Amino acid sequence: MIVYLVRRVGQSLLAVMAMAVLVFLGVFFIGNPVDVLVSPEASQAQIAATVERLGLDRPLYEQFGIFVWNALQGDLGTSFVYGRPALEIILDRLPATMELALVALALSVGIGIPLGVWAGLRPDSIAGRTIMGGSILGFSLPNFWQGMLLILVFAVLLGWLPAGGRGETTEFLGMQVSFLTWDGLSHLILPAINLALFKMSLIIRLARANTREVCMQDYVKFARAKGLSPRRVVLVHVLKNIMIPVVTIIGLELGSMVAFAIVTETVFAWPGMGKLLIDSINLLDRPVIVAYLMLTVLIIVGINLLVDVIYSLLDPRIRLSEMKG
Amino acid sequence: MTEIATPAPVRIDSPAKRIAKQFVEDPIAVIGLILFVLIALIAIAAPWIAPQNPYDLMQLSIMDGGLPPGETSFATGQTFWLGTDQQGRDMLSGIMYGLRISLMVAVVSLTLAITIGTIVGVAAAYFGGRFDSIVMRIVDLQLSFPAILIALILLALLGRGVDKVILALVIVQWAYYARTVRSSAMVETRKDYIDAARCLGLSNRRIMFRHLLPNCVPPLIVVATVQIAQAIALEATLSFLGVGVPITEPSLGLLIANGYDYLLSGRYWVSVFPGIALVVTIIAINVVGDRLRDVLNPRLQT
Repeated sequence: MIVYLVRRVGQSLLAVMAMAVLVFLGVFFIGNPVDVLVSPEASQAQIAATVERLGLDRPLYEQFGIFVWNALQGDLGTSFVYGRPALEIILDRLPATMELALVALALSVGIGIPLGVWAGLRPDSIAGRTIMGGSILGFSLPNFWQGMLLILVFAVLLGWLPAGGRGETTEFLGMQVSFLTWDGLSHLILPAINLALFKMSLIIRLARANTREVCMQDYVKFARAKGLSPRRVVLVHVLKNIMIPVVTIIGLELGSMVAFAIVTETVFAWPGMGKLLIDSINLLDRPVIVAYLMLTVLIIVGINLLVDVIYSLLDPRIRLSEMKG
Repeated sequence: MTEIATPAPVRIDSPAKRIAKQFVEDPIAVIGLILFVLIALIAIAAPWIAPQNPYDLMQLSIMDGGLPPGETSFATGQTFWLGTDQQGRDMLSGIMYGLRISLMVAVVSLTLAITIGTIVGVAAAYFGGRFDSIVMRIVDLQLSFPAILIALILLALLGRGVDKVILALVIVQWAYYARTVRSSAMVETRKDYIDAARCLGLSNRRIMFRHLLPNCVPPLIVVATVQIAQAIALEATLSFLGVGVPITEPSLGLLIANGYDYLLSGRYWVSVFPGIALVVTIIAINVVGDRLRDVLNPRLQT
């Protein structure tokens, strides 16, 4: 187990390092790093100070060392626009994105699994076909377009829900959250649905395929033969066995949700990290872009690592095959 | 004297003909294909069939700005079937030109990504060893991050532009092809005909591209149809976010983004019609791709 753990952590560190190298090369090598890292309005003295601080007059490998050293200490530069440390600005926005991603995840699991199991139990029924057709639309249509349709229908035509923004927030465990007040919740519903649709479609397809497979197994037949109610067969025997692949996918997809939130947040003007990234790209606020990328890479790699470790604890076969390979 | 029953002669169709025959058995797939061909023709012929050139300022009149669908122009008397945007641009023409750019970006990036991915994938499977493990590490690393994130990073660093979007899409997509081609080439490399070709003393290049590659094509086609729809959607998303194509060459995604501001004020047509064009294109490709997957999947063939 320890061998596996060390290997897996090593791989993750390698992934983070590789991304750090890419981001570093991207910022420092394409074009003049002084243009990239110093605000256009900076004075000659400020430019000289930055060149000194970042060691831009030194060889490239030393510069990379400085970049990594600063990054390890949480210094990813100062935002041109806000004049505050880039990392701090992003961490301010993190709770909003996390809330959105978690609510979306809960929606996609809570709706996706029942629909998928239903479609798997009756693959040829009208309901089953409709669910599958809907799931194809769910993951083939661009996310931003789905979001726009949601706004058009529920905000413009029906006027039931607000079209954007975060609404009223309250303090919860030291963070500002929306879901505790009605106003906040009404702002949260549409973006969360928008972000959830893609994953929901994925979970529906996965749950359906696994349900169909599990239903052919002998233990399900035996459970039926034993005279258990269909309800119990589905809820206990089928559901338990489809959970392993579904849980893995959910874990892995949580990381990508943070990235997908970029689109949803832009469509719904949700004040999270993703919207900050797009705003920063438009304003050429590069320290914030770099900080966002490094943080997101860290989050995704961290979640993937966590899921793998938990999974290997649950299923020894994975651990063993990885060790051999 | 017993009669020996002679089996009726069986006509064996060429693979392409067989696939075409099976493909047309599904009416929805045929509709999808017709739609896609139609869309592709519109995109190619846009400069000749569009009612106006939406980017020739001489043909626009600010008087026509924001007209709903079906209104006629104050300046030229032409009918705007899909309405106009704020600058008095005919949306129908705008969509035709937008389709052209969207499809062009997708097709060019697809071609480049397939070429790179195929060469790398076949070489990795054929040579194996260290080259294979390095390439696959890179592929795994890349695929562990969402495509949209990687594309955004690249465009944030490179800036806007059609060529830059194409580059970003190629970098995002090559890994899928490399992985697909490698896994099918791995299976093929172990077969006798490759050993036979080696014994004949054929060059590595000839074996890879004349013997190995043709046998890896079916899964490649399936992945390509899924990926081209993804490429169109990704380009539209990037352009919608404002990091994709420049304003001078608007794709469907950018048209939707431009109309987005007017959506809340009720001028739905500026945004919704390009959106419908985008969605019909993506669905048509997906339907065709689904059918192709069924037809090309050897497990489903009897």
